[in-house]
Formats: sequence, C-alpha cells, structure tokens
Amino acid sequence: MADHSSSVFSQIARAPEDPILGVTVAYNKDSDPSKLNLGVGAYRTEEGNPLVLNVVRQAEQKLVNDPSRVKEYLPIVGLADFNKGSAKLIFGADSPAIQENRVATVQCLSGTGSLRVGGEFLAKHYYEKTVYIPSPTWGNHPKIFTLAGLSVKTYRYYDPATRGLDFQGLLEDLGNAPTGAIVLLHACAHNPTGVDPTLDQWEQIRKLMRSKGLLPFFDSAYQGFASGSLDADAQSVRMFVADGGECFAAQSYAKNMGLYGERVGALSIVCKTADVASRVESQLKLVIRPMYSSPPLHGASIVATILKDSNLYNEWTVELKAMADRIISMRKQLLEALQARGTPGDWTHIIKQIGMFTFTGLNAEQVAFMTREHHIYMTSDGRISMAGLSSKTVPHLADAMHAAVTRVA
Amino acid sequence: MASISLSSICPSAALSFQEKCKDKTKSSVLFGKEKQPLYMKTKSRGRITMAVAVNTSRFDNITMAPPDPILGVSEAFKADTSDMKLNLGVGAYRTEELQPYVLKVVKKAENLMLERGENKEYLPIEGLAAFNKATAELLFGADNPVLHQQRVATIQGLSGTGSLRVAAALIERYFPGAKVLISSPTWGNHKNIFNDARVPWSEYRYYDPKTVGLDFDGMIADIKAAPDGSFVLLHGCAHNPTGIDPTPEQWEKIADVIQEKNHIPFFDVAYQGFASGSLDEDASSVRLFAARGMELLVAQSYSKNLGLYAERVGAINVLCSSADAAVRVKSQLKRIARPMYSNPPVHGARIVANVVGNPDFFNEWKEEMEMMAGRIKSVRQKLYNNLSAKDKSRKDWSFILEQIGMFSFTGLNKAQSDNMTDKWHVYMTKDGRISLAGLSAAKCEYLADAIIDSYHNVS
Repeated sequence: MADHSSSVFSQIARAPEDPILGVTVAYNKDSDPSKLNLGVGAYRTEEGNPLVLNVVRQAEQKLVNDPSRVKEYLPIVGLADFNKGSAKLIFGADSPAIQENRVATVQCLSGTGSLRVGGEFLAKHYYEKTVYIPSPTWGNHPKIFTLAGLSVKTYRYYDPATRGLDFQGLLEDLGNAPTGAIVLLHACAHNPTGVDPTLDQWEQIRKLMRSKGLLPFFDSAYQGFASGSLDADAQSVRMFVADGGECFAAQSYAKNMGLYGERVGALSIVCKTADVASRVESQLKLVIRPMYSSPPLHGASIVATILKDSNLYNEWTVELKAMADRIISMRKQLLEALQARGTPGDWTHIIKQIGMFTFTGLNAEQVAFMTREHHIYMTSDGRISMAGLSSKTVPHLADAMHAAVTRVA
Repeated sequence: MASISLSSICPSAALSFQEKCKDKTKSSVLFGKEKQPLYMKTKSRGRITMAVAVNTSRFDNITMAPPDPILGVSEAFKADTSDMKLNLGVGAYRTEELQPYVLKVVKKAENLMLERGENKEYLPIEGLAAFNKATAELLFGADNPVLHQQRVATIQGLSGTGSLRVAAALIERYFPGAKVLISSPTWGNHKNIFNDARVPWSEYRYYDPKTVGLDFDGMIADIKAAPDGSFVLLHGCAHNPTGIDPTPEQWEKIADVIQEKNHIPFFDVAYQGFASGSLDEDASSVRLFAARGMELLVAQSYSKNLGLYAERVGAINVLCSSADAAVRVKSQLKRIARPMYSNPPVHGARIVANVVGNPDFFNEWKEEMEMMAGRIKSVRQKLYNNLSAKDKSRKDWSFILEQIGMFSFTGLNKAQSDNMTDKWHVYMTKDGRISLAGLSAAKCEYLADAIIDSYHNVS
C-alpha cells in the first residue's frame, strides 16, 4: 500500500493555469448560457462555431483517399514540400534568398515550436544571448526564449496614451541594444495590441537594425489574416530579406489555415550564403532530434497539398480573405455599438488596430468585472479576440464594456 | 569508408552533461564583446540606405553537424543504387514485401474521423482527454487501483522522444543535480535528450558481450552504487538496441534494489504489444513496479505498435503516491510543455483514442499487432536457421532467438558493421543493431551470409 505521506514529488507546487489558455478552462466551467469566449485567438464563424476551411477538408480527403500514403517518420527537418512551400509563402516565390539556396527551413510545431527551436539554436550557436521583445507581447514569448537559454529584455512598443505605437521609444531602445542582439518582431497584426508599424516605420526600423547588426527574428502567425492579403502581410519580412541580410522567421498555420490543433509551422533562417544555410540546417537537426525527433505529418501534408495545387491555393486565399473581412466587420460593429451607447472615451482604436485582437485599454479590474458580472472571458491585459465575436454577441460585449467603463475605475 | 567512433559522429551522445558544460561556450566566443562582429561593416551609422553587409555571415563559425547515427542510416540507404541493398537501420515495421505498413484499423479510424467532420481546435496543453485516459489504461490496466485512486498524472507528448524530453525537464527543474542512470548500451537518442535537458546521466552495465546476454550482477551493482534518489531509465520491454529483457524474477530484484536506494524508476515503453504480441504481457514490468506502491515515470510511444510513426503520438505518465501529488505534477508538466510547443498535435491522438475506445477496432488492432510481432518472430527463426546452417565455425547464434522485439544485437563491432554496409549493402547502426522489422523471409539467407562474412573475415 502506498505511503501517501512520503512522495518524491512533495516539493512540487501546483502551477496556476496558463494565463491565455486558462481563460478557455475557466470559460468551459461557466454554465451561464450568455457566456462569451474572447480569450484565445481561434476563429469563430458568425454562428459562433469553429471553422475548418473547405480547402483543408478537400486536402484531407485527397490524403485519405491516396492508397500510397504511409506514416513513415518524416526526416528531422520535416516534409520537404512543406518546407519549400512555406519559405515561398513568406519570402515570395521569386525571392533571391530562396533562389540562391540561402534559406534553411525546418518544419516545427506551429509558431511556438518554431520560436523555441530558433531560440535554442541561437543560445547554442550565436554569440549574443539577449533577445529584445516588444512591450507588451504574446504572453508565451518570454517563457519560450528563457527556457531556450536566452536572456530576455524588452523594447518600448505600445503607447497607452495614444493606443498606438511608441515609435520614438522603440527606436531609442533598439538603438541602445548591444550590437548583434536578437530582436523579436511581429511580422503583422501585433499580438496583443493590433498596432503595426507603417511601411515607412518598418524601413526606419530596418535601417537602424542593420546599422547595429541586430538580428531580426520575425514571428509571423497571421500572414493573410491581418489585411486579407498574404503578400501585403509579408512586406515587413521581405523588406529585411531584400537588403541581403540575415534574419529568422517563425511561421504558423494555426490561424490562417485554421490548423490550430495540428501544430503546423516552420522556422526559416535566411543566411548570407548557401554554404552557411546548409551548415545551419544540419545544426538545427541537432536541436530538434533530442526534443521530439521529427515533426508530425498530418498538418504539414495538408498545407503542402494546398500550397502545391493552384486551385486549392486560390480557394484558400478567398476563404482567408473572408475570415479577415469578417473580423474587420466585427471591429466596425463593436465601435458603432459603443458609440451608440455613448460609452465614454475614444474607441476608434478598435478599427485602427489590425488582426485578430483588440487591445481594448480596459484594466484588470474592469476585465474581472466583465467576467464576473457579464460572463465575458478574455485575458486580464484587456485583449479581446475579435474572431470570437458575432453580430449577435456584439451587443452583449458592448453592454459589458459600457458597464465596466462607467462603474469600475 | 573509414570507421568512425560513435563519439565523433554524435558529439552530444559521448559527453556527459558535466563535460558538455565545460565546453558550452566553444562555438559562441568567436566575437568578443569589445569587437564589432566581422559580418557587419558600416560606412557610417544611420546615414546610408543599406547597411553595407560584408559577405560574412554571423553564423560562419558553425560547423556541419554529422548525420544522426540512426536516422542518417535511412538517408544513406536511399542514396545506394545497389539492387541488393537492405535497410535494417531504423526501427520501422516493414511487410514481407519490405513495404511500409499502415494498419487497417488506423485507416478505418481516419476515415471515421473525416466522416464525422471533427474540428481542428487547439487541444488543451495536456492533450486529448480521451487519449490520456486510454493510454494510461492501456499501460496500467483499466482496472488498476492506481487509476481509480487518480494517482497518475498523464499528458500527451510528442511520441517517445517528446515525452522523455518533458519528463527530463521535470527532473531538471524539481530534482536539481539528480542523475539519470541509463543502460549501457541504450537507444542512441537518450543521451542527447538528457544532455539538451541539462540532466546529468551515468551508465549502468547492461549488455554482456561475452554471453550476448544481460550482465545482471553488473546492472544491480551499478544501480546500488549510484547516489540515492537517482532516476533509473528502464526499457519496459524489448530493450533497444539489444533485445535483451530481464526475466520476471530479475525485474523483482531490480525493483528491490531501486526501493532500497530510494531511486525513481523511469520506464521507456516504446514497444508495448510488439515484444510478445500481447499488450498486457508487455506492460508487466511497469505493472509489477506499480503494484509495489512505487512512484514512477513512464514515457509511451505509439510509433511502432500502432504504426503512427510520423504522427508523433505518445504520453508521459507520472505515478505518484497520492492524487494530490498527481494534480500538482500534471500542472508542472503543462508548464513545461507550453513554452516548448504549446499543445500537442490532435490527429494521431484521435486515432489512438478511436482505436482503443472502440471494442471492434481494439480487437482488430490486437490482431494486427500479433501479426506484426509474429512476422518478426518468424524472421528471427529463419535468420537463426540460416546462420546455424551456413556458419561452418559452429558459433552459437541462439542468442538471436532469445532476444525480444524489433531489434537484434548481432555482436558485430563497428568495423564489421561497416563491412555489412560497404560490401553487402546492408544498412544498420554502427553498434551492431539490426532491425528485424526491415527483414523479409526472402532475404534471410543473404543476411546470414553477410553476417557470417563480417563476423569471421573482418576484425
């Protein structure tokens, strides 16, 4: 009979729920019928349902019907067609970096896995162990990089006074970073703020970073989702590749192909020469093998099938634009609803911000109030996922926000 | 082809964690803090439209890594144009026609999943609940009191490797300085996993080349000699690479010494069902330890037994002495997984849950598994028959019949293994391991000839 008093695990404390994924856990526990989950960034239809894209279903059907398909281990770097297709997607099919074989691309577990593998690679092989992340940023970023073995610092990004970009602060902080430091950049649709630099501002950031030899590490989780255009949403990344310099890019297909649970993503490292790229790829394998040996097949096969077939690809772009457009329309509706209620404050940032999320500007107390009294689930930093809203639920949210703003400090 | 030592082709495998620590800054101190990196030459800061980047990369110092000793074998095999070539490298099941095999029950499950139109939402960090329940029941037995008492913390992991890595991270965080004892030899990737997780390890004697069997006394002595509270990595069944498993009596004695030393057993179960053909029998070592009330860790993989290799399905189970401890441990396992990959892939886990959860599918699975294990046992026999018949030296090859699971440890050394590849186009790992799963009855004679030649004519 086990001695329940003595456990080798007795010193292990219970960890709190993850601040983002924990919102869904709390939402699931709530039995109120009017509850609304605006926590995690997962797209919902107007009916409030998860969506599997038509092209994804078609690709899956093709895969299941193919009698020659097997489940043999992928190579450590993942599915070759997927890697090629992903690099083309983000850098552009005509990118000289790709044509010159200067890009090392490895399939990874969505955005998180790509960032972690990139971080571990840098901690092992790069002389500068500091990564600068914007303030604020996705809650998981600092943990990923810290556990990868890097030290994390922040650069100013969001200005609560203007609810926009603190561009001067950004330039100053990056200007003061040590030469060669790694800088995390959100390629588009900054999470959680939705505030993106303009193209002019990106150009200034690029010049500054190149003059200081700072290493860009792009997190691209919303390509196509921000503006509705895959190419437009990759401009920031392509700008940095066009100048011939090096950079990292982590890609995720969780949102733009709705493949969330399949964990599909890629890490690309653009190098100076093809020779460096091939050595870099060989070393990436040494990071991956002791972590999970090789990546999962299913999601990558779906992506590769879609990227390779021009009909499926075109259909995808149409479905992607439809999702992006629905979100843009939710933004408009929420703003109008707040204005109709005369909610105090300037809420135009709701339509200025880009992507899946709105940084409402609500504080933690107001958020807690909205959860308690109105069953609205969101992260305590005031971020809401517009993807979780529908025309039917906008009024409920607007009422809750109005109440929070007028009754809670 | 020059023979290369395992340590030179897989540097991280050869060094223990302590040795690696001394070396860790080797590749990173190329540029001092005072100097500007060579790759960066600017004419003047901020006054140019394009930083003049010299053709030097900031990663120029990076060396080409050697190919993985196991997965690299398949790459070399693919490149070989000989008709005679045989891939006995990686442990992936092949049919008699030497084709990869997708289990019929897996295809049925996938069709069902597609018909149902399941969504692709994020799984929780701990994975698919139905999978976690099924996998723990499969391992411990559905009626095991430890499950009713809720003493097992289970999270879905990225097959065996990913589950081992998460467990290693738990050890590093909560048992600082604790060592993992691993068998000599063991699966080549074990050392890499613990090195990258920064968990120190040392080896216990396991394989006795003189008897081509288990060095049981050496194993017990080394486990006894380790500091109290070490983790002991045990292969639940079908030891990889040797195929040599302890007997039930030996398992009892191993459990005795582990309890004496307050060590924590850490099982790697990658072949449940594949060793004997019976899921329950292959879990008996784990269940023996659980029945003694011991706390333990178990990493599981569905790569081989459900043929789900590329879908990366597995789990890490931590059996604790109380339900409260299991809750706390599970929460910390989640905390490790989140910054590694956020949540695990849904597809493979759904397949497992569907197969295990449906009685018809489950029975079909058991039949297919018996078939696969049966084919391997029969090629073992055929290989042995050929070796005995053709080896004029009358060497005793019966160890091949005694070994269990997918692999056979031939006893061939590196030079002899190289001869197998160079002369006979037989691809295997340099430690002398061959995967019988990649052998057909038709090729047994050819393989026997190759082994006999390499053993006797190469030193």
